[in-house]
Amino acid sequence: MNAQVDRTTHRNDVVVTNVSRRRFLQGLSLGGLVLAVGYPSAATAQEQKKYGADGMPNGWVDNPLAFVSIAENGTVTIVCHRSEMGQGVRTGMPMIVADELEADWKRVRVAQATGDEKKFGNQDTDGSRSTRHFFEPMRRCGAAARTMLEAAAAERWKVPVSEVEAKNHEVVHRPTGRRLGYGALAKAAASQPVPTRETLRLKDPKQFRYIGKAQTLLDGRDIATGKAQYGIDTRLPGMLYAVVARPPVYGGKVASFDPAEALKVPGVERVLAIEPSGPPAQFNPVGGVAVLATNTWAAIEGRKALKITWDDGPNAGYDSVAYKATLEEAARKPGKAVRNDGDFTAAAGGAARRHEAEYYVPHLAHATMEAPAATVRIANGKCDVWACVQSPQATRDLVAKRLGMSADDVTVNVTLLGGGFGRKSKPDYAIEAAVLSKAVDGKAVKVTWTRDDDLHNSYYHTVSVEHLEAGVDAQGKPVAWLHRSVAPTIMSTFNAEAKNEAPFELGMGVINVPFAIPNVRIENPEAAAHTRIGWFRSVSNIPHAFAVQSFVAELAAAAGRDPKDFLLEVIGPARQVSPETLGDTWNHGESPERYPVDTGRLRRVVEVAAREAGWGRKLPKGRGLGIAAHYSFVSYIATVVEVAVDDKGTLTIPRVDMAVDCGATVNPDRVRSQMEGACVMGVGIATLGEISFKDGRVQQGNFNDYAVTRMAEAPRIIRVHIVPGDYSKPMGGVGEPGVPPIPPALCNAIFAATGKRIRRLPIRDQLNA
Amino acid sequence: MAVSLSVNGKSYSVDVPPQMPLLWVLRDVVGLTGTKFGCGMALCGACTVHVNGVAQRSCVMPVGSVKGPVTTIEGLSASGDHPLQKAWIATNVPQCGYCQAGQIMQAAALLARNSNPSDADIDAAMGGNICRCGTYTRIRTAVKQAAAAKQGGTR
Repeated sequence: MNAQVDRTTHRNDVVVTNVSRRRFLQGLSLGGLVLAVGYPSAATAQEQKKYGADGMPNGWVDNPLAFVSIAENGTVTIVCHRSEMGQGVRTGMPMIVADELEADWKRVRVAQATGDEKKFGNQDTDGSRSTRHFFEPMRRCGAAARTMLEAAAAERWKVPVSEVEAKNHEVVHRPTGRRLGYGALAKAAASQPVPTRETLRLKDPKQFRYIGKAQTLLDGRDIATGKAQYGIDTRLPGMLYAVVARPPVYGGKVASFDPAEALKVPGVERVLAIEPSGPPAQFNPVGGVAVLATNTWAAIEGRKALKITWDDGPNAGYDSVAYKATLEEAARKPGKAVRNDGDFTAAAGGAARRHEAEYYVPHLAHATMEAPAATVRIANGKCDVWACVQSPQATRDLVAKRLGMSADDVTVNVTLLGGGFGRKSKPDYAIEAAVLSKAVDGKAVKVTWTRDDDLHNSYYHTVSVEHLEAGVDAQGKPVAWLHRSVAPTIMSTFNAEAKNEAPFELGMGVINVPFAIPNVRIENPEAAAHTRIGWFRSVSNIPHAFAVQSFVAELAAAAGRDPKDFLLEVIGPARQVSPETLGDTWNHGESPERYPVDTGRLRRVVEVAAREAGWGRKLPKGRGLGIAAHYSFVSYIATVVEVAVDDKGTLTIPRVDMAVDCGATVNPDRVRSQMEGACVMGVGIATLGEISFKDGRVQQGNFNDYAVTRMAEAPRIIRVHIVPGDYSKPMGGVGEPGVPPIPPALCNAIFAATGKRIRRLPIRDQLNA
Repeated sequence: MAVSLSVNGKSYSVDVPPQMPLLWVLRDVVGLTGTKFGCGMALCGACTVHVNGVAQRSCVMPVGSVKGPVTTIEGLSASGDHPLQKAWIATNVPQCGYCQAGQIMQAAALLARNSNPSDADIDAAMGGNICRCGTYTRIRTAVKQAAAAKQGGTR
C-alpha cells in the first residue's frame, strides 16, 4: 500500500487502545487523571499494547472450576458470564464448552454469572466481541473439564488415562468397553487437578458436535411461556417501586420541588431527591426527584403530581435545527487531519471532474423494548443488585463507590436484557436504585424507566454531518478523496471538553476505509456535545458507512458505471492492508497482524451478495436494487436491498440479501438472526429514526413520535449468506456489523428505483415530494 | 377498593383503584410478570393479554373496566404447548425475547378467529406489536407454522 500516515498528527491524538467503555471510568476514578489514560506517550502505549481479550479489563479466564459444574444426576451447568440481550450468547457460550466437554446437549443447563471479573474475566458485553474473545478460553474450559472426568474414570478403574475417552456424557474404557456417566464421575472429577493449558487436547474442528451447527435457544421455552426474567421483572418482599423525574436538559438540575401533591396519591410512600452529576455524566445518574410507591403505577401517578422547577443550565439552547447548521459550517472548513495519503489538494486540482456531497444522520435512541430497570436491596452490610446490564462488573464497582461500600460486598445479579444495543452498557439506572435503597434504609427498591424516560434521558447516538469530496479521472474513477466527519464524540460523556472523534470512532469506517485511491485526506473538525453521547449498536459506523457507501454510488452514477462493479474497482484488488497504514491505531482493539483489513474478503462479500440477489436482473418501474459493503467489528458485510417505491412515494422492501464473512461461526442460526435484526434496525435508522432537541429538550416521547420499524415496513424476505470460515483463523464480530451497510444500500436502491438521492436521514416523507 | 378478577382461570380480589391499568395489577399486585411494559400508551403491544379471548393492551385498560376472564402468556396453555409457543421455540423466533409474550398473545387471538391467515392478515393483526430486535420475518414464519399445525391437529 502506498498509504502514508501523518505520524505527527497521530502522536497528538487521543490514544485509547482496546477501548472498553469502562477504561474511561478506570482512568477517571483515579481522580482527574483523564489525560494519563487519554494521552499516553507513544512509548508507553507501545509497551502496554495488548490485543483482543488480553487487552480488556480483567482479560479472560479459562478455569473450568469457574465455568462448569456437574451434578450427580449428570446435569451439566455451564456459566455464561456475558449478558444476554438477544444475540444468543447464553446458548453460544455453553455450546462451545459443551462441545469440548463432550456433553450431551439435552443435559446442559446455563447459569448466569454475577458481576465478578476476577473469577470470569471481562464481562462487558459490547463491541461484538463475546465470541471472538472467548471462543478459545471456553474451548479450553470444556477440554479441561473433559480431561478431569477422564482422569477420574482412569483412577476409578485403575487403568492408564490413555485408555479412556470421554464421549457423549460418559467416559469409556476402550479395551473393556466399561462406561461411567458424567454424573457418577462428577465428584471425583472435581477433586482432580486442573490440567495445564499446554497439556490440553482440543478437538479437531471436524469433530465438533455443536459448534458451527444451528442450535435451539436454551431460553426459547422460558421466553415463549412468559417465565423469562428481565430486569423489570424483579419482585422482592416489601419492595418499593420507583420512577424518577429527571432533568429534561443535560446538565440541568432541580431548582426546587414540592412533593405535597405527589404524596397524596394513594400508594406513594416517599419522594426523594437524587443528586445530579455532569456534564460529564459518565455512567452516573443525572439526578432528579424520585417517587417511591407500593406499585409502579402509583409511582407514575405520583410523579405526574410533582411540582418541580428546573434549572436547565448551559445546554438549554440545544436545538437540532440550529445544530445541523453548525455542523455543516464546520464540515465546510478544513479541520484536524487524521489521515493524509498523497496530496488530496493537488490531485483534486488536477482531476478531470470533482464531486461533492454532504450527508446527515441525526441522534438516535436505542429504545430497547425493555426500558432500563434495576432493583437494589441493602442488608447486613451487603448490597444486592438485580439489573439488565451489559456491564456487570462496572455496575458493581460504581454502585459500591456511590454507596461507599467495598465492591466485595456488592453482588450484581444479571437478568436477561430486553434489548441492549449499547444503552445498557451504562448502569446509571442501577446507581439510581442503589441511591434510593440506601435512602430508605436498605429496603428493596426497583427503579423502572418509562418510555418517555428512556427517550428523554438516553445516551444518544451522535449526530453527524459527513462532507465528502472527490476528484475523478476521465473515466470517473476517484483519484482524490476527502472525507470530513463532524460529530460530537462519545468521549464528551467522560470529558466535557472533548470535541474530536476518538480513535475508536475514527476507526469505525472513516479513517480505515481501504480504498484503492492514492490521495486520501480525512479530517475531523470539532463538534461540541450538548447531550449525553453514547454507544448505539455499530456506533460511528452508521454515519460513516452511510456517507462513504452513498458517495461511492454517487460517483458510480456520475461515471455512468454499474454500482457493484464500480464499488469493487474502488476497493481495488485483493490485498491485506495494515490498519496502521490507514492511520487506524485502534483496529477494534485487535492485533493489526492478526486482523489486517482484508480487501479480498470485502470483495468476496460484495460478490456473494450481488450473486445471491440476482444483481443486474430486470425490474419493473419503481423497483430498484442498491448495494453497499462495510467492514466493521473485524467482520465483512455486504448487502443488496431491493425496494419498491409507488407513485405516492410509499416505500416497501420486498427483499434483502446479506453476505457476511465473520470468520468461523459457533451458532450459525444466531449469526443469521443477528443479520436479520440488524437489517430491520438499519431500515428503521434509514427510514424513521430521529431524536431531535429543542430548548435543550428531546422532542420525542414514545413510539408515536419516535417511530421504529414495524412488521409491514420491514423487509418481507431477508436472506443471509454466511461465507464459510476457518476455525484456525481469528473470528469477527456479529452483533453490530450488520447495521451499517443497510441505510446506504437502501438509499442506493431508492436512487436506482426513482433517481432520487437521499442524503439526509431519516427518509421519512422525502419520497413523497 | 376491592376489584374482582379472573386471571388464567384463577380468581383474585385485589385492593386497587379501579383506574389502575390491568398491566400493573397483573405485574405488581397479582405477581404475573410475563406480561411486559413497553410504552404505556398502547403503541407497542408488549402488554397484550386476552380479555374474553380478545387481544387487549393491558397498559391502557383500567382494571375496573375489565369484564370477563383474563388470559396472560402464563395461562395460554397448560404446559407451554400451544401451537404458537411450539412454533416460536422451533423457529428460534426470539432474540431478546421481551416483546414475544405480547407477540404470541396477539398471534393467538388472530389464529383463534382466522385459522389460515395470509401475509396481509398477519401484517394487519401484528402491526401494533413492535419488536426492536427485528424478528418480524421469523414471527410471520412461526405464525404460519402454528396455523398449519393447528389445522393438521383438528383434521
